[in-house]
Amino acid sequence: SPALAEKYGIGRPALPEEVAAWDHDISPDGTGLPVGSGSVEDGEAIFSENCAICHGEFAEGVDNWPKLAGGDGTLADKDPLKTVGSYWPYLSTVYDYVRRSMPFGAAQTMSDDDVYAITAYILYSNYIVEDDFVLSNENFLDVEMPNAGGFIVDDRETAEASFWTEPCMKDCKEGEVKITMRATVLNVTPEEEGAAEE
Amino acid sequence: MTVRFTSKKPSRRAFLKGTLASTAGVMAGAGAANAAGPDPLITEKQDWAMGTGDGVDETPYGLPIQFEGDVIRRNVEWLTADTISSINFSPIHALDGTITPQGCAFERHHSGAIELRKEDFRLMINGLVDTPLVFTYEDLERFPRVNKTFFLECAANTGMEWAGAQLNGAQFTHGMIHNMEYSGVSLRTLLEEAGVKPEGKWVYVEGADASSNGRSIPIEKALDDCIIAFKANGEALRKEHGYPVRLVVPGWEGNMWVKWVRRIEVKEIAVESREETSKYTDTLEDGTARKWTWVMDAKSVVTSPSPQSPIKHGHGPLVITGLAWSGRGAITRVDVSKDGGKTWETARLANPGQPMALTRFYLDTEWNGEEMYLQSRAMDETGYVQPTKNMLREIRGENSVYHNNCIQTWWVKADGEAENVEVS
Repeated sequence: SPALAEKYGIGRPALPEEVAAWDHDISPDGTGLPVGSGSVEDGEAIFSENCAICHGEFAEGVDNWPKLAGGDGTLADKDPLKTVGSYWPYLSTVYDYVRRSMPFGAAQTMSDDDVYAITAYILYSNYIVEDDFVLSNENFLDVEMPNAGGFIVDDRETAEASFWTEPCMKDCKEGEVKITMRATVLNVTPEEEGAAEE
Repeated sequence: MTVRFTSKKPSRRAFLKGTLASTAGVMAGAGAANAAGPDPLITEKQDWAMGTGDGVDETPYGLPIQFEGDVIRRNVEWLTADTISSINFSPIHALDGTITPQGCAFERHHSGAIELRKEDFRLMINGLVDTPLVFTYEDLERFPRVNKTFFLECAANTGMEWAGAQLNGAQFTHGMIHNMEYSGVSLRTLLEEAGVKPEGKWVYVEGADASSNGRSIPIEKALDDCIIAFKANGEALRKEHGYPVRLVVPGWEGNMWVKWVRRIEVKEIAVESREETSKYTDTLEDGTARKWTWVMDAKSVVTSPSPQSPIKHGHGPLVITGLAWSGRGAITRVDVSKDGGKTWETARLANPGQPMALTRFYLDTEWNGEEMYLQSRAMDETGYVQPTKNMLREIRGENSVYHNNCIQTWWVKADGEAENVEVS
């Protein structure tokens, strides 16, 4: 067991300030949430200034940048739109990811209250809360995410048990084998570069 | 005196058009045995046989010779919004053996390849441990070391091919993969140094880059075979592969191989971070999604012939070769079909399959211009057999994005060119 393992005495104890500086992750049960709050109204202004250039004024996405809102009820469609509202299971992930890694190119520049406000605004953009909503560490877990129940743990070993089999070697298909789809019809592969162009 | 020689660089496009003769004027595919007259490459003295080549001080750290200029990583612009959070592809169509040269091994970043000096590197272990610890790079080199070879396959490898045949080349359909020999410290050694408490069921690992790429890993895997690696293929990690230190998670999706790793937190529950909820979850046909699909299933691809590696030598002996791998263990067998899966022959493994590492296979055969629907089918030591795309779609639909380990078909035509197709 790990407790009995040999120790080498390498490294040094981490100081509380150091752990506090780096340990920012937030779990679905709210562990790690900082004290603070932010309103939809404040979030709209902060989002407009810091986020809308890529994600759109209404979190609907610009060009190829991620859409953060919309797509309700599309997960079983031919082309599902997976957003915070339609797909993400936990609000903790929104707060955690925005605070740690957004805005893209200027991550870790927003205050905890700003992140609460942006999170509130993203909820509002997804019609999950009203426009007077204020999100805080105290009511955080009250927010119900629409797709919270939409995930199952990897079940390949049972759902795909038929892939463990003795494979066919001869006469494995009836009739003629025909081409049903060709990549060159789409023609979206980059032209080769390198020696030929130099 | 140093005599320098230059010759015409090979042009893939010219090959494909069938217009290129070799520098000596012998038609490609004919070969010296059929030459009309004596071969001037033999009968005439060549510069390189008379003068001298480069001195040993010419290249302190070398790159491939210029004629290999097309063996490079490639990007597909339309796949992502920008090149910072994006992907490129290893030129597997042009490689042989199993070790991927680091300089052309694929990259996937979420906020770019950062530059982190060894002096600035710190690794923290905190959470449910007896003593939270901080390590420097030098500290890591003092722990007992391990050295093993594993493949790293992006969860999204072949992901563009779910709905049909899209990209025309093994590099693009299967090139989000590399295979390296890693040296480092067992993650178990570091966790034991900190002392994992009994309630510690998960580790959360994050990188030093802005994206952080945090992922949750069950403690059983963390204490089994994960490596905190600082060398790959004999030398320091490349910047773009996590210099100076990355996590190696044998057999599991590449996203979990956190680069520029800075912190490992022992936890009671999974964090359910962005990279294990929004991303790296696999949507099924009914709209529900699988999460924590960590292991990469058995998979293979014929790398030559393939769309970027057409048959140029005419009829006769042909080497069909490719790669096979499985996150569940060692590859035990690869079968190859030339007729779209009606009949199969068992290929030769260049070396016995190693657990969770690339395995090279060969089928030495004879080709006389007949069209082929080339396929390969891997089996691993658990008895898992690589499925067809239709078998996967029947269970998962077309919107899983990740974990497409289907059997690939190349249509080899009478002129030796090959194309990415699906067949009935």
